Amino acid sequence: MNVKTETRTSVDVNQSAKLAIADCDIHPSPKSVEKEIYPYLEKRWQKHNETYGLLLRQPYQNGPAYPKGQPDASRRDAYPPEGGRPGSDVKFMGEHHLDLHNVKLGVLNPLKSGQGLQNIDFAAAYCRAVNDWQISHWTSQDARLKGSVCLPYEDAALSVSEIERRAGDPNYVQAFMLIRTSEPMGQRRYWPIYEACAAANLPLAVHAFGFGGTPSTSSGWPSYYIEDMVAHAQSAQAMLMSLVMEGVFERTPGLKIVVVEAGFAWLPPLAWRLDRIWEKNRDELPHVKRPPSEYIRDHVWLTTQPFEEPDRRSHLKDTMEWIGWDKLLFATDYPHWDFDDPARLPLPKVDDATRENFFLGNALDLYGLR
Amino acid sequence: MPAVAPGAIDCDLHPAVPSVKALLPYFDDHWRDMIVQRGVHELDSISYPNNAPMTARPDWKPETGKAGVDLDRLRVEALDEFQTSLAICNCLYGVQLLYTEDMAYAYARAVNDWMAAEWLDKEPRLRASIVIPPQNPEYAAAEIDRLAGDKRFVQVLMLVMDEMPLGRRRYWPIYKAAERHGLPIGIHAGSAYRHPVTPVGWPSYHAEDSAAQAQAFQTTLSSLMTEGVFAEFPDLKVVLLESGFAWLPSHMWRLGKFWRGLRMEIPWVDRHPMEIAKDHVRLTINPRDVPPSADAVERLMNHFESDEMLLFSTDYPHWQFDGDDALPEGLSPALAQKICQDNPLATYPRLKETV
Repeated sequence: MNVKTETRTSVDVNQSAKLAIADCDIHPSPKSVEKEIYPYLEKRWQKHNETYGLLLRQPYQNGPAYPKGQPDASRRDAYPPEGGRPGSDVKFMGEHHLDLHNVKLGVLNPLKSGQGLQNIDFAAAYCRAVNDWQISHWTSQDARLKGSVCLPYEDAALSVSEIERRAGDPNYVQAFMLIRTSEPMGQRRYWPIYEACAAANLPLAVHAFGFGGTPSTSSGWPSYYIEDMVAHAQSAQAMLMSLVMEGVFERTPGLKIVVVEAGFAWLPPLAWRLDRIWEKNRDELPHVKRPPSEYIRDHVWLTTQPFEEPDRRSHLKDTMEWIGWDKLLFATDYPHWDFDDPARLPLPKVDDATRENFFLGNALDLYGLR
Repeated sequence: MPAVAPGAIDCDLHPAVPSVKALLPYFDDHWRDMIVQRGVHELDSISYPNNAPMTARPDWKPETGKAGVDLDRLRVEALDEFQTSLAICNCLYGVQLLYTEDMAYAYARAVNDWMAAEWLDKEPRLRASIVIPPQNPEYAAAEIDRLAGDKRFVQVLMLVMDEMPLGRRRYWPIYKAAERHGLPIGIHAGSAYRHPVTPVGWPSYHAEDSAAQAQAFQTTLSSLMTEGVFAEFPDLKVVLLESGFAWLPSHMWRLGKFWRGLRMEIPWVDRHPMEIAKDHVRLTINPRDVPPSADAVERLMNHFESDEMLLFSTDYPHWQFDGDDALPEGLSPALAQKICQDNPLATYPRLKETV
């Protein structure tokens, strides 16, 4: 976590995993927007970017609403020796992370991708450029890496055309959104996105953060970065609640949701609560035909970073059983400061097959790469 | 199901204001005139639509009008039925939702005086929470001071979703007054509707509003802990009312994980949040968002690492269970005893003074 990590070539690599792993949350950045993104961005939007920059529904031109716990929210040892932001050098990432941790599949989730920009046309153009860039600078450079189709998700039509543009391209394993949307994700304005994802056989990853403009708690904006980070779990719960209660999974049976970087231990209590409330409000929810927990069991996967750490691993084991071991996907969040090290993960004791699936097999199955 | 043993203490039930007419005698002349002249509507929150299923259990619902307005029915259906020795009334009339702080102050005073005269004076098993206007923490503290001498008021009542997260320093005069008088802060489900009830915007269905309360309690607890409320007020307890409780351990795991990585930001938080919760946070047992099997409930209970955090409640007249099935399967008899009697007595020091 919050440390300057030493070079650990001497560490028994994957002493916990002891096998090849999938990392379902890696954050690549361009070394230079001008050099790497502009080639895929029309002149008009290059000029727009020079003039106005990336205007989100948050206070500052540059930097997050809450200053992070580390510069660029990154591990201090993740800066490429050749310069540039952490996560901006495919060769260095290969050595520093993929080789060291025996990552066989690394899923790229670009964060400064144009998602959430106030200007929706700019968002669409920027997302498209970032999607092109993922191929030219990452997946074509290292076969272990797979991209995510970044969507300008506040406009369904623009998102659908981006999904259709990328459908069938083996460089991408999923479509990609951020959790803090401007309306709950179950609402109808987003439905065409889900139908397009299902039609393209792309799981839809929904990652922590986002710029919907609604306060990150239902009592208004909190004070601290720690609150902002922890609250991704509440946003994720609200997101899933909306998808279930609006009947999205009933309507789009092929939709697969991957919750990324928002924790996982909150899921069983959410499902129990939704079941109880659904049972008593069936008249209001005729479109929700089955108990919410069943839709969640069938349609939702979760990445595990930041890994919950109760005092007793047996408590976490209960939780993981309640979720279903087959729904959990290991992720590190490289190069960010709250990186989960696969060699040191306090995973409850399970049989070898379960552990192998946790670290790799579940991801290969979900993404059709087995 | 585990039976509720005689003598239980019901920590959350809801006598309702039948209509503003019932409150009029408890306003001063100015506010009585204002209410009549302006034709002020009933302050019934959208959190509990009057005819929605969970607002009133079918067999606790009157033919006409609101549930929870009739003392005789409450005696029979809530107190006698569960043989409770004491029951804490949390009036949910929408005082906290008003935008005018002087009006909210006037309504809070009226509701509290009405509660004392119409319920507490008439039924010795009843206790109550002090309704305050959180719109103005100084008024709120003054209202706590005004009523603290009446030991039948055992708690201060707030709603979980207010103008700001409840840990914000703006609210600290309320906590200071509560701690001074030995009153826990009861934080009840509900919203002042200053913000959407989810962090991703307004939902479509009432069922979602109900479900979203759990997330609001989670972020509220994050706020109370990270702002340092329990460091500043070491004797303060908060009781989460109608909050659900199954979410508490996993939320503390997550807050604890980030506390380990980010404690430099909040140096006044010098212990793991789970340890703070064990000392300062209590939760009522209904509604219960528990797993379907008794075995899983038992495992969930172990996740609390404490048998002192849960308090018995019926949530009368809201519909959380049927018959006398007020406790979930999977509680040991010893834990049920703690939940029903020992924990409420330990949480509310005033209960012992008035038995």
